[in-house]
Amino acid sequence: MLQIRRDLVDAMVAHARRDHPDEACGVIAGPDESDRPERFIPMLNAARSPTFYEFDSADLLKLYRELDANDEVPVVIYHSHTATEAYPSRTDVAYASEPFAHYVLISTRDPETHELRSFRIVDGEVTEEPVEVVETYLFAHTGADDVPDQD
Amino acid sequence: MAVTVSIPTILRTHTGGEKSVEASGSTLAEVIESLENDHGGLKSRLVKEGTLHRFVNVYVNDEDVRFAGGLEAKVTDGDTVTILPAVAGG
Repeated sequence: MLQIRRDLVDAMVAHARRDHPDEACGVIAGPDESDRPERFIPMLNAARSPTFYEFDSADLLKLYRELDANDEVPVVIYHSHTATEAYPSRTDVAYASEPFAHYVLISTRDPETHELRSFRIVDGEVTEEPVEVVETYLFAHTGADDVPDQD
Repeated sequence: MAVTVSIPTILRTHTGGEKSVEASGSTLAEVIESLENDHGGLKSRLVKEGTLHRFVNVYVNDEDVRFAGGLEAKVTDGDTVTILPAVAGG
C-alpha cells in the first residue's frame, strides 16, 4: 500500500495538468527504508513528448547524488499518461528499475477528473496497490479506536 | 588504474549489497570487464550487443559516457564511475 499526504498528491496532479498534453514526471523522496514520501521533486521530461518521458541524464545524476547525500530514496516515481489510463505501459515496465519504489501513474485524459493509481514493478511484473491519502503522517498509524472521546 | 564504481540498488544483488565497489581499467569497457570478473553477471546488465544498454546511464565523474565515447570512454586513476538506471517510460 502507498500511504501519501494529500498535498503531495495535489502537487503531482497539478504538475501533470500543467504539462498536459506532454507527459509529466518526477520523484517524491523520503528517508531510506521509511517508505514515507516527503520531498516533492518535479523533474523535466527531457523527451517533451505526449507518449514518452525520460529524466534528463545530467538531472538524473544530480538527483541521485542529492538523494544519496541526504540518505533519501525515491519512494515514489510518478509520471502522467495524457491520453490513456493510469496503468503502466510496456515501455514503463521495461524501464522500471527501482524495485522498492511506488510507481504512481496519473491520467489526465479527462479534463475534469484525474485518475491516480500506484504500482510495484519488480522483474517485469506489475502489481497494483491501494493508495491511502492522509492529511498528515503524524497520526497515520493510529487506529479507529484511538479517536479521542467527544464530551 | 583503480576506480570507484557506484552501483544502483537494482544491481546490488551482484555485489553482495555493496553500494560502491573498486574496479580497474583505462576505458569503460575494461572497467566493466573488471567488474564482471569480481561480480559475475554485471556485464550483461550493462552491455548488449557491444554497446551500453539503453536502460542504463553510465557516468565517468560528471560526464554521461554517451557523450564521451561510450564503452571507449577514458577512465583514469581515482575516477568515479556511476551507474544509474534510466528513469523513463511511455
